[in-house]
Amino acid sequence: MLLNQFLLLAAVLFCIGVYGVLTRRNGVMVLMSIELILNAVNINLIAFGTYLSDATGQAFALFIIAVAAAEVGVGLAIVLMLFRNRRSIDIDAVDQLKG
Amino acid sequence: METTAVEYVVFALCAVIVLAGAFGVIWFRNPVQAALSLVATLFGVAVLFLNMNAQFLAAVQVIVYTGAIVVLILFVIMLLGVDVEEDLEEEPLVGQRVIALVIAAGVAGLVVAGVTLGGADLVSGARSVTGSIVDDVSNIEQIGRLLFTEYVFALEITAVLLTIAVIAAVVMSRRPSEVEPLPAENASMEPPEPMEPEAEEVFD
Repeated sequence: MLLNQFLLLAAVLFCIGVYGVLTRRNGVMVLMSIELILNAVNINLIAFGTYLSDATGQAFALFIIAVAAAEVGVGLAIVLMLFRNRRSIDIDAVDQLKG
Repeated sequence: METTAVEYVVFALCAVIVLAGAFGVIWFRNPVQAALSLVATLFGVAVLFLNMNAQFLAAVQVIVYTGAIVVLILFVIMLLGVDVEEDLEEEPLVGQRVIALVIAAGVAGLVVAGVTLGGADLVSGARSVTGSIVDDVSNIEQIGRLLFTEYVFALEITAVLLTIAVIAAVVMSRRPSEVEPLPAENASMEPPEPMEPEAEEVFD
C-alpha cells in the first residue's frame, strides 16, 4: 500500500488549489480551486483509511463530497446574484463592506 | 498489504493526470477550458480511489463531481456569458501573485518535508475497532453499516444541510418579481405610479 506517495500528491494538489484561490479573480474559478482543495483532503482521508484498514476514512470522504455539493450550489447562487447586481463576477471588485 | 507493480504504474499515471489537470485549472484563462481540465483532475482522483480499494467512493466521485458539480459550474459559466478570457497578467493587488506563489510553495514544502522526514512513524494512533475493513465484506456494505450506526447523526445533519442548501440556492437565484428597488429620498412626494426608466436616471 502506497501511503507517502498519496500524501505528497494530495499536498501538491492542495497547494495548487490554494494558489488558485489566492490569485483568481473570477468567482467561478475560485470555486473550482476550492474543489481542488477538497479533493486533496479526500485523497488523504481515503489513503489513511486504507493504510489503517478502516472504513471510517471513506465515510468521512462521503460527508466531504456531500458538503462540497452543498457549498458549490450556494456558491454558484451567490455568483449568480453578484452578476445580476453588478454585471461582473470579479470578486476583487466586491468591496462595498470595506470601511 | 503488499504493493504491486500495477499499483505503482496506476498511481504514477493518475498522479500525472491529476497534477496536469490541476495546473490547467489555475493556468487556463478561459473558464470553460479550466472547467474541462478540472474534469480530468476529478477522473484521475476517482481512479486513485479505485487504487486504494474505495470502489464506492470512486463511483460517487464520478457521479457527484463530474456529473453534477462540474456540469453546474459549466452551466453557470455559459448562463452568465462570462466565458471571456481573464487577463492573468494584470494584478489588481500589488504583489498578490508573488505572495500567493510563496504561500503555496511554502505550504507544499512544509508538508512534503513533514511526510518525507517523518519516516515510518508518520502514521500513529490506535487502529479503529468500529470500522475496520474486512476483505470478504463488500466496500459499499461496510460504508453503509458505518454510516447508519456510528455516524447516523452526522448523516441526518448532512441531509438537513443539503436541504437547506437546495432551498437557499433556489431562493437566492430566483429573480425577485415583487421586490422593487429602493426608492430615492423624495420618492414619497411622488405619485404612487411606477417611475419611468428615464426618471430613475435623474434620481441617481
